[in-house]
Amino acid sequence: MTDTNDRWQFSRRGLLKSAVGTGAVLVIGFDVFRIAKGQAAAPVSPFRSWIRIDEGGVTLLSGRSEMGQGISSSLPMVLADELGIDWKDVRVEKAPNDPALFGDQGTGGSGSVAGSWMGLRQAGAAARTMLVATAAQEWNVAPESCTVKNGVVSHGNEHLKFSELVEGASKLPLPDFSKLKLKRPEDFKIIGKVVQRKDIPSKIDGSAIFGIDVRPPGMLYAMVERCPVFGGKVKNFDATTAKSMRGVHEVFEIAAVPGVHSWGGIAVVADSTWIAMQARKKLRIDWDLGPHANESSELLRTEFRRVVDSRLKTIIDTGNADTAIDAAPKDKRVDADYELPFQAHATMEPMNCTVKVDGDHAEVWVPAQGPEWVLTTVAEVTGLKPNAIKVNTTLLGGGFGRRYQADFAAEAGQVAKRVPGRPVQLIWSREDDMTHDYYRPASYHRLSGAVDAKGNILAWRHRSTSTPIAEWWSPKAPPESSELGCSTQMPYLAKSYKLEYLPTASGVPRAWWRSVEASSIGFVMESYVDELAHAAGKDPLEFRISKLDGRLVKNPIDKSSVPLNTARLRGVLQLAADKSGWNSALPQGHGRGIAAHYSFNSYVSNVAEVSVIENKLKVNRIVSAVDIGTPVSPDGIRAQVESAIIYGLTAALKSQITIKNGRAVQSNFDRFSTLAMNETPLIEVYIVPSTLPPTGIGEPGLPPTAPAVTNAIFAATGKRIRRLPMVESDWA
Amino acid sequence: MAITFEVNGSTKTVDVDPGTPLLWVLRDTLNMTGTKYGCGIAQCGACTVHVNGDAQRSCSIPVSLVAGKKITTIEGISKDRSHPVQQAWILEQAPQCGYCQSGQIMTAVAFLKQNPKPTAADVDAAMSHNICRCGTAQRIRKAILRASLEMQGHSAQRGAL
Repeated sequence: MTDTNDRWQFSRRGLLKSAVGTGAVLVIGFDVFRIAKGQAAAPVSPFRSWIRIDEGGVTLLSGRSEMGQGISSSLPMVLADELGIDWKDVRVEKAPNDPALFGDQGTGGSGSVAGSWMGLRQAGAAARTMLVATAAQEWNVAPESCTVKNGVVSHGNEHLKFSELVEGASKLPLPDFSKLKLKRPEDFKIIGKVVQRKDIPSKIDGSAIFGIDVRPPGMLYAMVERCPVFGGKVKNFDATTAKSMRGVHEVFEIAAVPGVHSWGGIAVVADSTWIAMQARKKLRIDWDLGPHANESSELLRTEFRRVVDSRLKTIIDTGNADTAIDAAPKDKRVDADYELPFQAHATMEPMNCTVKVDGDHAEVWVPAQGPEWVLTTVAEVTGLKPNAIKVNTTLLGGGFGRRYQADFAAEAGQVAKRVPGRPVQLIWSREDDMTHDYYRPASYHRLSGAVDAKGNILAWRHRSTSTPIAEWWSPKAPPESSELGCSTQMPYLAKSYKLEYLPTASGVPRAWWRSVEASSIGFVMESYVDELAHAAGKDPLEFRISKLDGRLVKNPIDKSSVPLNTARLRGVLQLAADKSGWNSALPQGHGRGIAAHYSFNSYVSNVAEVSVIENKLKVNRIVSAVDIGTPVSPDGIRAQVESAIIYGLTAALKSQITIKNGRAVQSNFDRFSTLAMNETPLIEVYIVPSTLPPTGIGEPGLPPTAPAVTNAIFAATGKRIRRLPMVESDWA
Repeated sequence: MAITFEVNGSTKTVDVDPGTPLLWVLRDTLNMTGTKYGCGIAQCGACTVHVNGDAQRSCSIPVSLVAGKKITTIEGISKDRSHPVQQAWILEQAPQCGYCQSGQIMTAVAFLKQNPKPTAADVDAAMSHNICRCGTAQRIRKAILRASLEMQGHSAQRGAL
């Protein structure tokens, strides 16, 4: 029997066999489009998720990583409700990364609930149907006459628990997929209700295991010294002193892996993290600094301005924007340049990955948003077959997009290969993490437009440049494909609209940061519409509402995009405004600002209340309204919006990554400062009731945060802030 | 060099370089991973433990300085998550990713010992040197005020604070 078959058998046994009671088990593999049961499921897998019901209870094996977004609760909520069990009776386990059994495990793009919703409901309904059929058969009654509550099927005075029905149900065929009867929204008992998250108890007593906490027996610790300049390489190195230190096992060079954009460097393997940290300081490395050693934020800014002034690529042009802008009277024309810097993810748990290479197989423990990519990367660097590598996804101490990468796996795999038979935990210091991130792109936006006396938008022209993500990760795609976001679905009625773009070259690595391009585009669009409102002499809320007429806005660039529903955008604006008391008076020095944005198919509007008193800025309150279809986990939604707002406020008020001599200037939390509790506003989140399919909420709360604040500062002081992060001279 | 100290009531002797920060002794030598590494420069608070009852940043204390002292870590504040601060954390559903929460809880427990009846502004001042990238400060603030009430013998419904 081959290695592959061995593993397959092992996995399948683990999944299909129950260790409790009679051993009866009902196992269903499912995704949105198909469903299969038990032994029959294995040959047609992988599936995205599996349900296992045995005499011990109900378990959801889910591929989605838990990084704080609460997915290990919101997914089982859907299943438990549709199945008809109590919240406390559903368990959730992180699926093993076995590509034979489990499909795509990527976690990101605010897509887990949206992408799992229908599959979970169908699978839950299928299992419930089979359990009910078994009970009905036992009592010789019609299944339709039975009811299900808290894991018990009842008919008159007869009751049978799911655990008593599993054996019979496991022998039934799956019900007809197309005839499954899903619960009506008004019958939901868990969906839409506040429940206690399942992952919280382990996070208050130190027992939660993040990647950095795994301790397989015999484990060593490793750190890598990378070139401080992006794109630099090792010329040569002297590790004599480092190697002579007590507790140091090995020092060697590891290679850059182009496919994952990992950097390479000098690895130190030691008995503890501290020894590895000390030993790397003793390395003497001669670096080839590479082609980007002179790059700086200042030079990049100059280049941005040159590019934005040059002939750009026209992305959208509804006609006449240039003429209308040129013809507009001065007081009705608005020109504004907006700038956004690189941003680091700065997850609280620095990057890490633990790998044990043992003969012809390997085991990996990793906090990852993309465990499949970790697996293929470890396979690539170790030369082992993918099916000889087991990847265990741990809890993630923050993700925000950073943990979609596999650079840490490329490093850890190479290190472990040099120390066969022993697990090695590769740990990044905070400095490593902050200076070798894949940053949110820096960008520059030149907006011009005009309004007429009645407050119509005559023209809106958006010219921009950035250091695009696409160029870094999908060089065959047009560079603008990763950069334009909602500017390709302009929600506000404008007589003419023009969107232009060109990339700017940079050696700074960049990728997906919470809400990706929406974090920049949202700031620009929602600042500019506010500027137009003031130029038109209109209330910023009324101005926006008057431009949202209920039409659907398609994306002319990407036909697969879901059209933006301007009525839903209007709805969240109105709700946030109402809850904030938009029209109520504020004391002197205070101001209120509003913004709304569509991202990840979700609609969010934030109203910020700020005060600027004796030149001291304080964000006092943020009221948020969200429309994300069916709200599955209301408290989870509130938590995610609070989280995205704080993340966005930090980027607006405090943090940035600047570049000097080809390297990141900020290397730790002393200079990359974050919003502290005494700067945290009161946040209120309101959810639009809906029975539409759910959309995501991990990210969409962020884009309308910064512009709500800058619009509020304008209302309070008359000062318009167009460059983030803002500094005291902007409002003082 | 052998150094002896007490962790959560048990005596531990470790043989490490005396300059090794307490954090790494806890995590790598004693395999007590509840205490977290976040910055290594006493900026983020993820590594907070109690040394003789005071909240300290374990990433910046050489283990030689805790010889003979009593250390309490997140694993030691209760056996069963029953500490009022832990209970309040659950009730307010404070953690998201959870990585910084050990340090947040250890800071809060020490703070409430010093100031059992804090105002919201007191809480803000005490907690403003603990970083949470998930943005849980608002819930932590409520949880601390709730724990303070509980410890004084009052209780409050969720949403009342």
